[in-house]
Amino acid sequence: MLLLLMGIVVLHVAGLVLLFVSTIVSAWAVNPNSSSDLWTNCTTLNGVSKCDPADTGVWIQAVQALMILSIIFCFLSLLLFFCQLFTLQKGGRFFLTGAFQIFASLFVMCGAIIYTVMNPEWVPAKESYGFSYILAWVAFPLAFISGLIYVILRKRE
Amino acid sequence: MLSVLALTSMVLLGIASQTTAIVVYTSWERHALVGTDVRLSCSFFSWQWTSPDVTFSWHYRPDGAKDSIAIFHYAGGAPYVDNKGPFRDRLEFVGNPSRRDGSILIKNVDFADNGTFTCDAKNPPDIAGRPSHVRLLVFEKVPVQAGVITGAIIGVVLGLLILIVAIYYLMRFLVARRVFSLSMSKHGKKGKGKEGSQQKCTSVLAVADPVKLKAAASEKKKQESRREKK
Repeated sequence: MLLLLMGIVVLHVAGLVLLFVSTIVSAWAVNPNSSSDLWTNCTTLNGVSKCDPADTGVWIQAVQALMILSIIFCFLSLLLFFCQLFTLQKGGRFFLTGAFQIFASLFVMCGAIIYTVMNPEWVPAKESYGFSYILAWVAFPLAFISGLIYVILRKRE
Repeated sequence: MLSVLALTSMVLLGIASQTTAIVVYTSWERHALVGTDVRLSCSFFSWQWTSPDVTFSWHYRPDGAKDSIAIFHYAGGAPYVDNKGPFRDRLEFVGNPSRRDGSILIKNVDFADNGTFTCDAKNPPDIAGRPSHVRLLVFEKVPVQAGVITGAIIGVVLGLLILIVAIYYLMRFLVARRVFSLSMSKHGKKGKGKEGSQQKCTSVLAVADPVKLKAAASEKKKQESRREKK
C-alpha cells in the first residue's frame, strides 16, 4: 500500500519537474549557434551569447500562459492529493486531484500543439526542436496517466 | 544635550545632501501610432527643495546616429522650444516645473521620429546626476505588449477556478440553511419541545451534509471496531 502511494507521488512529482524544466530552460528550438524558447531568443556568435526577448506575438504569449497554467494546476493537484489523503472517507475516489491533473495535461497538450503549429512564424525553418519541446510532449501523457490513476484509485485504510 | 542633537542632525543632513545626487525618471520605452501625439514624461527626485532656477533639457538622437541634438530647454522660468530642427512647430511643453514635471508633447509623430530622447534635469544646488533616456518606437499598428495576453489568460482561468469553488461552497451553504429553516418552521408550528426540535434540527443538518454524515458514520464504525478489538 505504501509502495503504491510512493509510486504515485513519484510519478506526479516527475511530471511536475518535467513541466518546470520544459518551461524554464531555453531549448524549445535549437541550432548550432542559437537556441530559442518561449521567453528569449539567444544567439552565440564567436563565444559571446546575446539574448533578445522573444517576439511579442499573440500565440507565443498563449503558449507561455498555457505552460504556466499547467504548472499551477499540477502543483495544485499535488496539494489536493495530500489534502484528500487525510480527509477523504474510506472507499472514496480522488476525483478532484485527478481532475486537476488532467486539466494540467490538457493545458500542456494545447501549449505544445500551438507551438508546433505556429513555429514557422517566429523561428527560422532550419532550426530543429530542442529537448524542452520534447519534455513538454513527454509531460503530457505522464500527467494524463497520473490523473487517470487518481480518478480510478480508491482510498483504503 | 539639545545642542549635541542639533549638531548631529545638521551633520547628517550635510552628509545626506552631499552624498545623494539628483535622480531623473522617464519611461523606458514609448510606443506610438503614426500620426498620433505622444507625451514624453520626465520627473526627478532631489533632496533639496525645488528651486526657482530648476532647468529641464531634452536631447534627441535618431536611430543609428551618433550625436544628439538639443530640442528643448527650460530655464529661468521660461520654456525654449526648438524652432529649427526636426521638431519645429511640433513640440510643446506640458510640464509643471514647480511640481518637478518636465514633460514634453510631440505632435503628429512619424517614422523619422524613431530614436532616443534624453531628459536632463538640474535642481540647483543639486546638479550632479545622470540624465535618463526614453526610446520612442513608432508603429503602423501597435503590437501587443509582452506579457499582457499571458497575464490575461492566466488571470481568467484562475479567476474561473476560484469562482467555481466559491459558487460550490455557496450552494452547499444555501441548501443547508434552507433545509434548516424549513425544518425549524415546521417544528415551531407543531409546538414540540425544545429538545425534540433541536434533535430533529441536528439530524436534518446531518442529512443536508451527506459527506459529513458518511464521515461520522465511518468514525462510529471505527470506534466500534476498536472497542470490539479491545
